[in-house]
Amino acid sequence: MTSTTAMPITETPTAAASTSADAIISVRDLTVAFGSRRVLDGLNLNVARGEILGFVGASGAGKSVLMRTIIGLVPKVSGTIEVFGTDLDSGDKERREVERRWGILFQHGALFSSLNVRQNIQFPVREYLKVSERLLDEITMAKLTMVGLKPEVADRYPSELSGGMIKRVALARALALDPEIVFLDEPTSGLDPIGAGDFDELVRTLQRTLGLTVFMVTHDLDSLHTACDRIAVLGNGKIIAQGTMADMLASQHPWLREYFHGKRARAVIG
Amino acid sequence: MSGPTLEQIAKGDGLALCAAGSWTARFAPALEKLVGEAEKLTGSRPNIFIDVSQVSKLDTFGAWLIERLRRALTNGGHEAQIAGLSANYATLVDEVRRVKPAVPLPASGSALTAVLDGIGRNIYGIGETLVALVDMIGAVIAAWFRVWRHPSKFRLTSVVHHLEQVCWNAVPIVVLITFLIGCIVAQQGLFHFRRFGADVFVVDMLGVLVLRELGVLLVAIMVAGRSGSAYTAELGSMKMREEIDALRTMGFDAIEVLILPRMVALVLALPILAFLGAMAALYGGGLVAWLYGGVDPSSFLSRLREAISINHFIVGMVKAPVMAMVIGIVACVEGLAVQGSAESLGQHTTSSVVKGIFFVIVMDGVFAIFFATIGI
Repeated sequence: MTSTTAMPITETPTAAASTSADAIISVRDLTVAFGSRRVLDGLNLNVARGEILGFVGASGAGKSVLMRTIIGLVPKVSGTIEVFGTDLDSGDKERREVERRWGILFQHGALFSSLNVRQNIQFPVREYLKVSERLLDEITMAKLTMVGLKPEVADRYPSELSGGMIKRVALARALALDPEIVFLDEPTSGLDPIGAGDFDELVRTLQRTLGLTVFMVTHDLDSLHTACDRIAVLGNGKIIAQGTMADMLASQHPWLREYFHGKRARAVIG
Repeated sequence: MSGPTLEQIAKGDGLALCAAGSWTARFAPALEKLVGEAEKLTGSRPNIFIDVSQVSKLDTFGAWLIERLRRALTNGGHEAQIAGLSANYATLVDEVRRVKPAVPLPASGSALTAVLDGIGRNIYGIGETLVALVDMIGAVIAAWFRVWRHPSKFRLTSVVHHLEQVCWNAVPIVVLITFLIGCIVAQQGLFHFRRFGADVFVVDMLGVLVLRELGVLLVAIMVAGRSGSAYTAELGSMKMREEIDALRTMGFDAIEVLILPRMVALVLALPILAFLGAMAALYGGGLVAWLYGGVDPSSFLSRLREAISINHFIVGMVKAPVMAMVIGIVACVEGLAVQGSAESLGQHTTSSVVKGIFFVIVMDGVFAIFFATIGI
C-alpha cells in the first residue's frame, strides 16, 4: 500500500448545504398515509453530511413518522428515500448495509430491559463484529466515557437508571458501531435544563469528533439554538421552511412566528 | 475502502509503526490482530512512533486501538508517541484517552458454588413465597372488611368486567375440554370394565369422578393457566409502568381497586365454570356410553341417579371457591413481585401458573383427607 492512495483526513462539515449531490439522506416526494389520512404528502428533504439537522413541527404533525419512515419502521405509500446514495427499496442486502451505518436513539431509550448496560451497548457490536471480549469491554467503556457516564454504570439494569442516564446509555448504544448518521427522537425531553444542556453539548462534541450527521427531532428551543446547524419545519405533510436559526427568526410564516417568537421562545432567545 | 495495515520501519535508535488504511469498526477483527501483535514488541529500541498520518479513516474503534497500543508500549518500558494526527482525529484520540481500563467483571465462583448458591436461594425463596401469600391473604381480607363497612367503595363495574373475562369468555373452551375428557373417561371405563361384564358401572365411575374431583380440578387448572397468568401479566405490567405507584399517590388502595375485584370475579367464576364443566363431562360420558357402550340414555340416567347423591355434588362445588382464592392470591402476589424488566414479567407469569396449579392440587388433596375423615 502506497501513500498516494491515502485520502486527506480532514473533512470539514459543511453546514446549510442542501443540494442533493452531497446529501447523505435524500427524501423525494415522500407520501405516508394511515388509512385515508395523509400524514406526509409529497415531502422533500436533504440532510447534508456532517450537519446537525433539527426537525420541528406541531405535535402530531408527523415528525416521528418521517423519522420512522426513513429508518423503515413505517411503510410509505410513494416516494424514494436514499441514504448514502443507496435507494432503501433496492433490496434487503443493501438495506442491511445501510442499517449498519446508522444508529437510532428512541424517545424513551428502548433499552433492552433484561440486559444490563454493558450488554445493551455490546449487543449490536457482538452481532456484527467478531472481536474479543476484551475489546468489547474496552469499547463499552470508551462509549460510556464519551457519553459522560461512569464505568460503574455498566453493570446496572435499565430499571435502575435515571431518565437522563437512560438517554445517555441509549445514545452509547446508538453509537456502538460508530455509525455515520444518528437519529435522535426528542433526545432532551424529560431532562432537566442542565442535563439537556449537557446532552446538546455532548451531541455537538460527538459530531465534531466523529464527523457524525445528526437528524434530531426536538421541541427544545435551547437545543435548536445551541446544537443545530440547520432547522427544518414540518407542516401539512410538507417541509414549510428550512434554514438556520436566523432564517427561522426572520420568517413571516404565522406558525413559525408563534413558535420562535412565543413567550417561551423569547425567554430562550431573548 | 482499503483494509488497515501497520508497518514497522526502523529509524535510527527508534521504531516507527506506520498505520494506514481504514481504522474503523468494519475492520475491527483485523485491527485487533494487528495491534495485538504490535503490543508484543519488546525490542531494544526505546523510542517508538506510532505514525497515523496515512490513516484514511478513523473512528472510535481505531482510535481506541491506537491508544491501547500506546498504553501497552508505554507499560512495556518504551517511549511511545502518536504522531501525524490531523486536527479532527486528535480530538477523537483525546476523547478515548480519557477512557479508564475496563473494570473487571466480578469474579464468579466455581460451578459447584454456583449450584449450591442457587439451591440455597431457592429454598430461602420458598419461605419468602409463603410469607408473601399470607401477607396477601391478610391484605385481601382487610380490604374485604373495609368494603363491607362502606359498600360504596365496592367496584361493581370492575367486577363485572373481570367476570366477563374470566367466566363468560372462558365458557366455550372449558365446556369443550371437559366434554372431551368426559368422553375419554367413559370410553376407557367401558373398554376395561367390559372384560368382566361390568359395563354399567361406568356410569357410577363417571358420576362420582366427574362430580367430586375431575370437574372442579380440571376447570381450576384451566383457570389458573388462562386467568391466573392474565392477572399476573396485567398487574406486572402496571407495576413496571408505575401505574400502581400512581394509584397509591392518588390515595387509592391498590388491593381495593385492582385485586379485590379480580378476586371476587374469580371466586364467582370458578364455581359456575366447574358446574358447567361437570355437566359437559357427564354429557360427553353419557354420549359415549350410549354410542360406544350401548347404554341408552334412560338407563344411563336411572343408573346415575342411583350411583350419586347430592353429597358428591356438594363436595365438588365447595372446593371451587377455595381453589379460586388460591389461584387469585398466587397470581396477584406474583404480579406485584414483577421488577422492571420484560424477563422478570415472563418469569413471574410462568411461576404464577406453576404455583397456582401446584397449590390447587395440594388443596384438592387436603380436601380429600378432610372429606374422608368426616365421612362424605
